[in-house]
Amino acid sequence: MDALLEPLRYEFFLRALVAAALVGTVCAVVGTFVVLRGIAFIGDAVAHAAFPGVVAAVILGIPFHLGAAVAALGTAMAIGYVTRRARIRADTAIGVLFAGTFALGIFLFSTIRGYVSDPWSFLFGYLLSTDATDLLALVLLGGLVLATVGILWKELLYATFDPLGAGASGLPVGRLEYLFLALVALTIVISIQAVGIILVVAMLVTPAATAQLVTVRFGSLMSLAVGIGIVTSVSGLYLSFWLNVASGATIVLVQTGLFLLVLVLSPRTGLLGRRRTATNLEVG
Amino acid sequence: MSDAYDRAMTHHGDGTGPRFDPHDHPHHHPDERQLPALEPDAVIDPEHARTHASIWLSGVTAGYDERPAVETIDLAVEPGTLLAIVGPNGAGKSTLLRLMAGLLPAWHGRVEVLGAPAGTHAHRIAYVPQAELVDWAFPVTVRDVVMMGRYPALGPLRRPSRVDRGAVATALEQVRMAGHANVQIGRLSGGQRRRVFLARALAADPDVYLLDEPVTGVDTTTQEDLMDLLEAEARRGKTVVATTHDLACAAQRFQKVAAVNRRIVAHGPASLVLDPTVLAATYGGHLLVLGGQAMLLDDAHHHDQPAGSEPHYHEESRR
Repeated sequence: MDALLEPLRYEFFLRALVAAALVGTVCAVVGTFVVLRGIAFIGDAVAHAAFPGVVAAVILGIPFHLGAAVAALGTAMAIGYVTRRARIRADTAIGVLFAGTFALGIFLFSTIRGYVSDPWSFLFGYLLSTDATDLLALVLLGGLVLATVGILWKELLYATFDPLGAGASGLPVGRLEYLFLALVALTIVISIQAVGIILVVAMLVTPAATAQLVTVRFGSLMSLAVGIGIVTSVSGLYLSFWLNVASGATIVLVQTGLFLLVLVLSPRTGLLGRRRTATNLEVG
Repeated sequence: MSDAYDRAMTHHGDGTGPRFDPHDHPHHHPDERQLPALEPDAVIDPEHARTHASIWLSGVTAGYDERPAVETIDLAVEPGTLLAIVGPNGAGKSTLLRLMAGLLPAWHGRVEVLGAPAGTHAHRIAYVPQAELVDWAFPVTVRDVVMMGRYPALGPLRRPSRVDRGAVATALEQVRMAGHANVQIGRLSGGQRRRVFLARALAADPDVYLLDEPVTGVDTTTQEDLMDLLEAEARRGKTVVATTHDLACAAQRFQKVAAVNRRIVAHGPASLVLDPTVLAATYGGHLLVLGGQAMLLDDAHHHDQPAGSEPHYHEESRR
C-alpha cells in the first residue's frame, strides 16, 4: 500500500498520473473507431508527422502542443484528401508522407545549435515532466475530443459501419471522415507527452484491440477500451516509477502484455477458446 | 397508367434513343418524329415523365476514375413501382443505384430523386448495400443496425427515443427477426443478414428504397418474405428499385424491369422486357435461348412469360 501511496506525495507524480489517465481515456475512445475503421497505419503516420511541428515550436519558442497540432492536423487532412481523391494508392502516399515529414523533423532538429535537450522526450515521451501548462492543454484538447465524439457517436458509428448506407440517407460521410482524422490528430498531440511520437499508435490501437477480443457490442467495446486504457496507463506509470525506467515504453509494454494475455485466454477469440467456439458454431 | 407515361417510358427505356440515332428505334411512336432529335430534354412529353417520376435520370453518364460504368442513361420510375435492374456482372447495376442514392456524381446528365437533384432528400431514401460490402465482424447487434436507420432523421444531438425503439421493434417483427435482436450480425445466416438490412430500411420509413442485390444468395422463404414486404411498400406508394441476378425473381415479383448493360437495353413491364431478344442483347453470350425461353447460364431462368398486352415497349439498343 505504501508503495502505491508514496509516489502520490510528489506533485509531479500526481500530475503525471492525471495526465496518464486522461490520455488513456481519450486514446481508447478515439482508438475504438481507429480499430473499427482499420486505420492504425494512418494514426502512426500522423504521429510521425507531428515531429517537425514539435521541433519548429521549439525553435520558435512556442508551446510544443501548438506546433504539433498544426503539423498533425495538416497531415491528417492531407491523408484524408489522398485516401479519397488521389490516383495513387493510399498506403503508398501515406508511406511517402510519413517518412518525409519525420525526416523533416529530424532535419530541423539537427539545425538547432547548442540546444541542450535531445529529441528523446518527444520521440519516446516523458510523463513525469508534465507541468501545469501541459495538463491544461491536455484537459482542454482531450475534453474537446471527448465532447465531439459524445455528440457525434451515432453518426461516426453509422459512417464507420456502412458509409454507403449512411451517405445515401444524408449523413455527411466525407466531412465526418475529415473530422475523425482531426480527432485522431488532436489525440496524438495530447499523447506525445505521455508516450511520445513513436509509440503513440499503441495507445490508440492496443486497448481497443484488446477489448475487441472480449466483446462484440459497440458500447461495451468502448467502455472496456477506456477501462483498459486507464488501468494500463496508471499501472505502467507506477511500474516505471518503481523501476526507474521510461514511462511511455512501460505503459505500452503493459498494454501489449495485456493484449497477448487476453488473446490467449479470451473465450471468444482466444487461442485456448478457439476449440470451444468452433464446437458452438457447429451446434448453433 | 397514362398513355403519355407509356410513351415517355418507351423513350426512356431506350438508352440510345432517337436523339442519338433516330433510325435505331424501330418501334417508335408516331409523335416522336415531330420532336427535335438533338435536344436532350425535348423527348416525348418529358416534363410529364419528370414530374410524375420519383426517380428520373436523363442522359446520365458516370463511373469510377476515368472509366465510365454507365452511359447516356434515361430512366423514369414512378412512385409505387417495384423495379428490378437486371444485367450481367459489370453492367453498371450498382452504379445506377449509387447515382440514385446520390453517392456517385453524374459526369453528364441529370439525376433527380423526389423532384430534386439526387442526395437532396436523403432522409427519405434508404439504401441497402450488397452483403459483400458489409463488415460482418463489426461489433454491432441486429437491433443496433436497425436503429441506424433512425439516426439520420434524429440528427446529432438527439438520442433514440421510445418512438425510435418502437419503429425498430416493428421493423424487426416485419422481417421476423425480433427474436435475434441482441445477436451480433456476424452470427446470422445469409438470409437473416438480408432481413436485418431490409429492417433497417423499413425502420427509416423512406419514400424510396434502393436495394443492391437484396435477394441474392438467400433461401426461397426469405426471398418470398422480403419480396412480400417490398411489394407492400410499393402498394403504399413507395418506390422500390432493386438490382438482381435472379431473372426468375424479377419476372415473378417485380412489375417493371430495366435490362442494363452499361446502357439501358430495355425498360418496361417485366413480362415484356424479359424476352429472349432483349435478354440476348443484355447478356450477350451468357444467355441461352431455347425454344422461346431464355436461360441464363448461371441457372437463374426466366419463365411464365405472358403474352404481351401493351402496345408499346422498347427494343434493345444496338451495341
